[in-house]
Amino acid sequence: MEKETSLTLHIEDVYKSYGEKLVLNDVDLKVRAGEFCTVVGPSGCGKSTLLRLVLGQEAASSGTILLDGAPIGFPNRDRGIVYQRYSLYPHLSVLDNVLIGKRLERSYFAWRRERVAIRDEALEFLKKVRLSGHENKYPHELSGGMQQRVAIAQALIMRPKILLMDEPFGALDPLTREDVQLFLLELWQEMQMTIFFVTHDLEEAMFMGTRLFVLSQFYSDGSGADVRGAKIVADHALPRRITSTFAKDDPEFLALREQIRQEGFEPEYLQHVKDFNLKHPDSFST
Amino acid sequence: MNRKPKLWGLHARPGTWLSRVLLAVPFVVLISAYLLGSHYRRLENEHDKLLPSVSKMVASVERIAFTRDKRKDEYLMLTDTVSSLRRIGIGMTCSAVVGLLLGLNMGMFRGFEKLSLAFITFLSIVPPLALLPILFIAFGVGEFAKIFLIFLGTFPMITRDVYLATSRIPREQITKSLTLGASSLQVVYKIVFPQILPRLLDTVRLSMGAAWLFLIASEAIASTDGLGYRIFLVRRYLAMDIIIPYALWITSLGYLCDLLLRKTVSFFFPWYIAQKEA
Ligand SMILES: Nc1ncnc2c1ncn2[C@@H]1O[C@H](COP(=O)(O)OP(=O)(O)O)[C@@H](O)[C@H]1O
Repeated sequence: MEKETSLTLHIEDVYKSYGEKLVLNDVDLKVRAGEFCTVVGPSGCGKSTLLRLVLGQEAASSGTILLDGAPIGFPNRDRGIVYQRYSLYPHLSVLDNVLIGKRLERSYFAWRRERVAIRDEALEFLKKVRLSGHENKYPHELSGGMQQRVAIAQALIMRPKILLMDEPFGALDPLTREDVQLFLLELWQEMQMTIFFVTHDLEEAMFMGTRLFVLSQFYSDGSGADVRGAKIVADHALPRRITSTFAKDDPEFLALREQIRQEGFEPEYLQHVKDFNLKHPDSFST
Repeated sequence: MNRKPKLWGLHARPGTWLSRVLLAVPFVVLISAYLLGSHYRRLENEHDKLLPSVSKMVASVERIAFTRDKRKDEYLMLTDTVSSLRRIGIGMTCSAVVGLLLGLNMGMFRGFEKLSLAFITFLSIVPPLALLPILFIAFGVGEFAKIFLIFLGTFPMITRDVYLATSRIPREQITKSLTLGASSLQVVYKIVFPQILPRLLDTVRLSMGAAWLFLIASEAIASTDGLGYRIFLVRRYLAMDIIIPYALWITSLGYLCDLLLRKTVSFFFPWYIAQKEA
């Protein structure tokens, strides 16, 4: 029996358009606490847009987005974010980048009082992301992979209800990328957090997630129009694999990858709205 | 493979020593030309005023900088320097502070941007020297009008530059700060402000030229001391032996100021230099 865990994110009937252009067309999804859910889809389908809506950086044209049952507002401490770039403050040392959140929420005097404890906590987090010894460097002195690990520590130290990641490893070379992927999985298991991870890389999405949403504009709804906003076209529960990259050669893995590739990435393969693969227990469509 | 040429052409890479020699060439040419010109003119008329000899200039500097003036009981060049530096210092400090606050808030708050951007652009186009008579009429010919001219002449450009630098801060970084719990004011003053500071110093550095221009212009027109006042005063007697050393002195002050600001930026903001080079 699966243990009942609470809902973290609830998205219902969400539409988003920029002017005339409909980007998201009636997106519904639910995410449970502790899930590592990945959103994958062809580039330009609106993954980042969806993430920006959850983040509160932009408002949906219509629809409801709830976090722990409450409507989301402007960006705040409930949601942590790691971007592909621009995540770190160039003018702060690595250590200051990690503890900036703790520092911002305190008055000057509280900060003076608790400085030592917070510093230790930040150092602890830097150890977690394997960056001990780099705390006094500036971001520009770090490699891309190290910068992203600092960004993760920076977001996690605030213990957000959900960690949003927008193509966080998209700019890294393949070896570094694999390294940070494994590292993030370990951290996720250790810290029991909810992650909402957007990527255009299908293998990455399958390897990382416990739950995978396919967002795509390639489907048919009988209207005959060929320009339309993206929908969740499939929702897969993924078995938690051993955290090793060898899993990527598993035949079952390959078959599923082929299926998802068709569902989401094949412009010629148009499933009807009613045939979407939404068998996941948390899946719904209104 | 051809050998790289040392001096001529697209592929030239002058070595250290050659670079130093090249750097000195224009100065040497200028000084030599002056000395020659001065020499030949004095052969014709030993009281020539236009190109005085070096010894004459040294004597004049001696008199104006290192001897107490009898009437005023002070060292004239020192008094002039202090007055001028005070005006330019106060003027630039004011425009740096105002420019920073305006530019920062314009870059961060859309409402404020709409309110002030067009007006600041308008102000930056008004030629400040054309306003000088108005300033003298409105505020009299005292210190305030001169300082205000320097301020008026430099703050619109500083504001615009700070504004541009602020609006170039990635949107992502602002959102990120909010997710780390920052309030709006904290975003502006704790996150963005420190990142703009080195840029402000850079802009101030570039505005110094204009500031000197406005300073000397206002001192020339109405003043009783100051570097600009002095050179325009002695111009009546064609006293090139004072004008030339003063001009060199003003240039050195400007250069020192520039150097100081540049060193401050590279010392306190290494990340800014790294970012600029990337
Ligand atoms: N601010 C915006 N204004 C207008 N169109 C936008 C804006 N942001 C995104 N879009 C459009 O929305 C679509 C989806 O963009 P995005 O969410 O970045 O896709 P993805 O992350 O899946 O690559 C794109 O076609 C893009 O042109």
